[in-house]
Order: sequence, then C-alpha cells, then structure tokens
Amino acid sequence: MASLKALKNRIASVKSTQKITKAMKTVAAAKLRRAQQSAEAARPYAERMAAVMASLASKVAIGPESPKLLAGTGKQDTHLIVLCTSDRGLAGGFNTNIVRAARRAADGLIADGKTVYFYLVGRKGRAVIQRLYPRQIIHQYDTSAIRQPGFADAQAIARDVTDRYMTDGIDVVHLFYAEFRSALVQEPVGRQIIPVPPVETGKTAGASAAVEYEPDEEEILAELLPRAIAVHIYRALLENQAGFFGAQMTAMDNATRNAGDMINRLTIQYNRTRQAAITTELVEIISGAEAL
Amino acid sequence: MADLQFELVTPERLVRSEAVFMVVVPGTEGDFGVLAGHAPFMSTLRNGEIAVYRSGFGDTPERIPVEGGFAEVNERGLTVLAERAETAA
Repeated sequence: MASLKALKNRIASVKSTQKITKAMKTVAAAKLRRAQQSAEAARPYAERMAAVMASLASKVAIGPESPKLLAGTGKQDTHLIVLCTSDRGLAGGFNTNIVRAARRAADGLIADGKTVYFYLVGRKGRAVIQRLYPRQIIHQYDTSAIRQPGFADAQAIARDVTDRYMTDGIDVVHLFYAEFRSALVQEPVGRQIIPVPPVETGKTAGASAAVEYEPDEEEILAELLPRAIAVHIYRALLENQAGFFGAQMTAMDNATRNAGDMINRLTIQYNRTRQAAITTELVEIISGAEAL
Repeated sequence: MADLQFELVTPERLVRSEAVFMVVVPGTEGDFGVLAGHAPFMSTLRNGEIAVYRSGFGDTPERIPVEGGFAEVNERGLTVLAERAETAA
C-alpha cells in the first residue's frame, strides 16, 4: 500500500493539474466567444460573394478561354490537399478528426492512381502526414504567430496555393478543415476549391436579368475568383479557430472532472490508510498496556 | 424620393447597412454615383474613397477609404464588397 506521504503528494499533484485544466477551460471559453463572433461577422461577406459568383457564373460560359481557376487544367491527376489544423493540442480529437478525414480522401485518391500532395496550415497535422506520406508535403504555412486570423492571412495562403496551382502542375485543390457546429461538435469537412466548383444557380440568379458589367463579365470574374478562394480559406481558418476552442473547452472540462474524481478517490484512500495506521498504533499501545 | 439601401461589407465584418440618399463609388473605369432605383450594375473597384451622401446633393459626404473589391447594384440596393474599409467609427 502506498505510504501516506506518497498519497499526499499525489493528491497535491492532481490538484494542481486540475487547476491548470480549469484555467485552460475558462480561457478557451472566453476565446471561443470571440472566435465565434468573428466567424459570424465574416458570414455576410461570404454570402454576398456566393450570390455574386452565382449570378456571374450563370452568365459566363465555361470555354477554353475561361480562367484556369474556373475551368481547371483539363486533367484530374494531381491533387493538392490543403489541410488546416490548429497549432496547439489539448483539444481532444479535434485535429485527429480533420487529419483522418483528409487521410481518407487522400487514400481514396491514391487508390485511384492519382498523385496527392499536402499543403499544411497549422502545426498539428504535420507529424501524422509526415509519417504516412513522406515527401508529399509541399509546404507548411506557419500560423503560429497569428492570434486572430485576418483576411490578409487567408489571402496570403490563397495566393500561395493559387501560384502553386498555376505553375506546379496541380490539377485539383481540396480544402480540409473542421466546421464549427457547437462547442461539442466540430465536423471535419473537405471541399474542392480549385477549380472553383460550379455554383448552384438557383433562385438568386434568375432575378438579375439585365445587369451591366464594368469591365466585362470575364474580367470581373477573373478578379473575383482569387478572392472567392481567399474567402473559402478565410472561412476555414475562422471555423477552425472557433472549433478548436470549442473542442479545447470540452476536453478541458472533461479533464477537470476526471481530476476531481481522482482527487476524491485518492482522498478516500488517504483517509483509510491514515485510520488504519492510527488503529494499528492504538492496538499496539493497548496490548502493550495490558501486558504490564 | 426613396432611399438607397447601402451595404458595405468586408471579410471581417459588415461595416455599413443603412438607407442613404446617394453613394459615389470609385469604379475601375471611373467613379459612379448610385441613387435609388439604379439599373442593375456591377463593377470592380479601384482603391479610393466611397462618398456617402445621407440626405441630398448639398450634403457634406462621409468618405470611407476602401481597397479592392467590387460593387453590385441590384433591385435591393447597393452592395459594396471591399477587402478593406477604414472607418472612423
């Protein structure tokens, strides 16, 4: 049986761990609120952008002269997976889930005989991808210095990815991140961002009948496409950020509760041991006194 | 005269959403003013200033510097999507 001293130390150590997890939970909750707000603030822009893209796409026919970002390279052989993870851990299965979704997609593509490359955003996906697909990481975008992702960061990533698409013989670009549903649920999603997938031309497109364009449709579209990609990436960064804090909050809440359970268990053990020691001592004294 | 519904949106937030009299937008091929009931129109922006006239031509316009983006006029009003917009407020 563990000595009293050892038990006491153990309890103290678990208690300080609990203090840390509790603090992390509180911090994550506060940051979650902020991240959620900025994710919500970004929504109107994305919505309007999508609406404009839809109305433009219905006007411009995809032909050989269409921008490469829209029409694609005509091949489907080389795929680039942009994998957005967080920089920190201690968030339960958050990063694991994103990486798993990306891996599933990558394995499917490889099984079809395609070439797959990875473009990592954030630090946490690296270890697994490095181990499973060595030499297939073409770049890692460092986000460790970014505290609150801004549109400029998304644009930098978008520009880098687009450049590689234009010059490095990549045919399709996918984006993987976790969509924020609630603090408890983050769903990893993957979607194609280049070539820009055809927008559903539903109800929004029909209404704008005779729109005048300045400069013409093609030029506006050419200017819009890189921006639309940046918007996708920006959204991914924000959703990831919110999702990460949500996952961290949940994970730390669980950790705090587990630490509490452990402290209870250890305390009971400590008390029992102490009482046993006292009883033994008493028995010794009494039997000693009786012997006299 | 009916007011023009004006919206200025950046990726980070919705900067403005209000009814105004007229907005002058710096388009790539020249500035253009938008009043209520403008025909559907779309243009890219050059870096410059948006001038918002709240109640009439005689107003001192509020000037909002914007960078990159585009403007869309449809039956609901004017929407400016800018990459950056600096406002005093």
